[in-house]
Amino acid sequence: MKYLERGYLEADELPPFPPEERINSKKPVAYIECPQSIPCSPCYESCRFNAIEMENINDPPKVDYEKCTGCMACIRVCPGLAIFMLQVKEGRGYVTLQYEFLPWLEKGDRVRLYNRRGEEVGEGVVTWALKPERNDRTQLVTIEMDKDLIFEVRAVRKR
Amino acid sequence: MRLESHPIVDFERGKEVTIYFNGKPIKAYEGETVAAALYAAGVRVFSRSFRFHRPRGFFCAIGKCSQCMMEVDGVPNIRTCKVYVRDGMQIRTQNSKPDAENDALAIFDKIIDTVFPHGSHYKKFNKSRKVREFATKQMRKLAGFGNPPKSIPDIETSYEEIETDVAIIGGGPAGLSAAIHAAKYGAKVVLMDENNYLGGQLIKQTHRFFGSARHRAGTRGIRIAQILEEELRQYENVDIRKETKVFGIYGKDVAAVQKDSKLLRVKAKKIVIATGAYERTLIFENNDLPGVYGAGGVQTLMNVYGIKPGNKGLIVGSGNVGLILTYQLMQAGVDVAAIVEAMPRIGGYFVHAAKVRRLGVPIYTRHTIVKAFGEKKVEGAVIAQLDDRWQVIPGSEKEIECDFICVAVGLSPAHELLYHVNAQMKFVPELGGLVPLRTRYNETSVDGVYVAGDVAGIEEATAAIMEGRIAGIHAAITLGYGGDEAKKELEEAVKDLEDFRAGPFGERIVCGLEKCVLEKEVMI
Repeated sequence: MKYLERGYLEADELPPFPPEERINSKKPVAYIECPQSIPCSPCYESCRFNAIEMENINDPPKVDYEKCTGCMACIRVCPGLAIFMLQVKEGRGYVTLQYEFLPWLEKGDRVRLYNRRGEEVGEGVVTWALKPERNDRTQLVTIEMDKDLIFEVRAVRKR
Repeated sequence: MRLESHPIVDFERGKEVTIYFNGKPIKAYEGETVAAALYAAGVRVFSRSFRFHRPRGFFCAIGKCSQCMMEVDGVPNIRTCKVYVRDGMQIRTQNSKPDAENDALAIFDKIIDTVFPHGSHYKKFNKSRKVREFATKQMRKLAGFGNPPKSIPDIETSYEEIETDVAIIGGGPAGLSAAIHAAKYGAKVVLMDENNYLGGQLIKQTHRFFGSARHRAGTRGIRIAQILEEELRQYENVDIRKETKVFGIYGKDVAAVQKDSKLLRVKAKKIVIATGAYERTLIFENNDLPGVYGAGGVQTLMNVYGIKPGNKGLIVGSGNVGLILTYQLMQAGVDVAAIVEAMPRIGGYFVHAAKVRRLGVPIYTRHTIVKAFGEKKVEGAVIAQLDDRWQVIPGSEKEIECDFICVAVGLSPAHELLYHVNAQMKFVPELGGLVPLRTRYNETSVDGVYVAGDVAGIEEATAAIMEGRIAGIHAAITLGYGGDEAKKELEEAVKDLEDFRAGPFGERIVCGLEKCVLEKEVMI
């Protein structure tokens, strides 16, 4: 439980990565960084494909990467902002995350990229942004970045 | 200092009005409290303290502390965080000359501090009764308490007697839920709340809630308040009284004052006390300086009234409240210098910590705040590392640049009314302090008096809603409403709450509850 002393996960505490061919496929895949037993289950309840496994409301969610279709139902409702959609396409990496700050992001915006520790690790471009009012003001944004960064980048800010 | 835009909340401000603060005109908007309007205008010193005229700002902003007391339209000792602005309102600071900001008597503070160090007044004048009485009398003359008005205020008053089945005190998540479930089965309900809105502390919870979708997880707290209110308004047998302060319970008669002028006597068969909790404070040097706020106070200011608390904050406590507040401050465009936590690990949910950590907010575990500094308001703070015995490690002190400090170290139940009814109380640390003994249906040792929500033990809103449901249904059943259907739902509600508390985060609560179970004949 070292992560509770720091507030972020280190490499050895992360859930298993999705297999490479799944990351490289046509649909993005959900990656959930929610290791703690807390009474919360909206992601599990929102998944129509039974890709999220949970034994009870306190059990941390586990994603079955083969069943996940990348539909993004779970990332829309996660109150912990702990779900990220990952994808690699034509040699570029894409991360979709929840965004709740002003100014809202729009397609084409350049953003600074931050890792779990809050360190700036590069720059990316918004390739898709869900309008905030379509999801009770939690925007979903997809950021294009270096493909090696998709397991690193967990926050963005507008330049 | 007012926010014009916010990612989650649209601030709907009322008509512009002018209020007068010590004679000086200040712009405000209808719907704002006096304290919020003054804060937005840059006022930080609201009063002078009992002890030698030290400056005081507000602390809780929800009417539980008394740091923001002023004279309003000639009436002294009004909690300015609880009265709403009206055009032409006259507000004055009390017992300070010429005003609280520049108080001539504050010179005593400096002189006395050199002779009697801070805190010694607790012991100084207690040797003999005569000395104590004399000293107390002199100190009261100097202290910042108001003087009674010299003439009777010219206000129209009236009196109303109401008979009802269930009287509910407090319109937060617990009270609303109790009202809905008692009304649903046909009981006549009177719901009283001191605010001009329902929802209690939900109205500042802009984040999405945890839990299961069935209990509205993934929905923002502010929307849950709206959903509950709409649900309640479907029932015609509910009488909602806002801006109604309950000041006493005499037997089964609830005494309240509505809109500061109308006296109410509510003769009820059952009473549900759902009065919530107080923000707790923490002991450190200068913790009374303006700029040291309760976490909930800052949330109220920022998320309800759209007023920025400052430019850079320090958060003390890494429970869910401290972590969520940090994120909300950042959403309002306020910087957070750091979060300090005395325990060796983060107290709240990891995911809440992760989302502020990745935006660059440091979290110092095994650290505490040593002091705040500043003349009339916070200008910075010193934090330090703690050893295994919770003592400050010398040399580990670090200065933090900040202009306000949020104390998020927990809550205590607001239990006054329980003493009015003479309920059996017990000190249970796991539940946050003094709580009433209760049956599994949340009835106290006094027949027909129920508790629900934080007043029964500090938890969170989802549990409060579930407790209200249990109390409401049981009250209705024992009055003969509902029948088998109600009994079935009651058992279901008890089971739901048990399931909710079954995880590791519920362990402490369950352990606390075991200490205050009341085994009395429960009728169902």
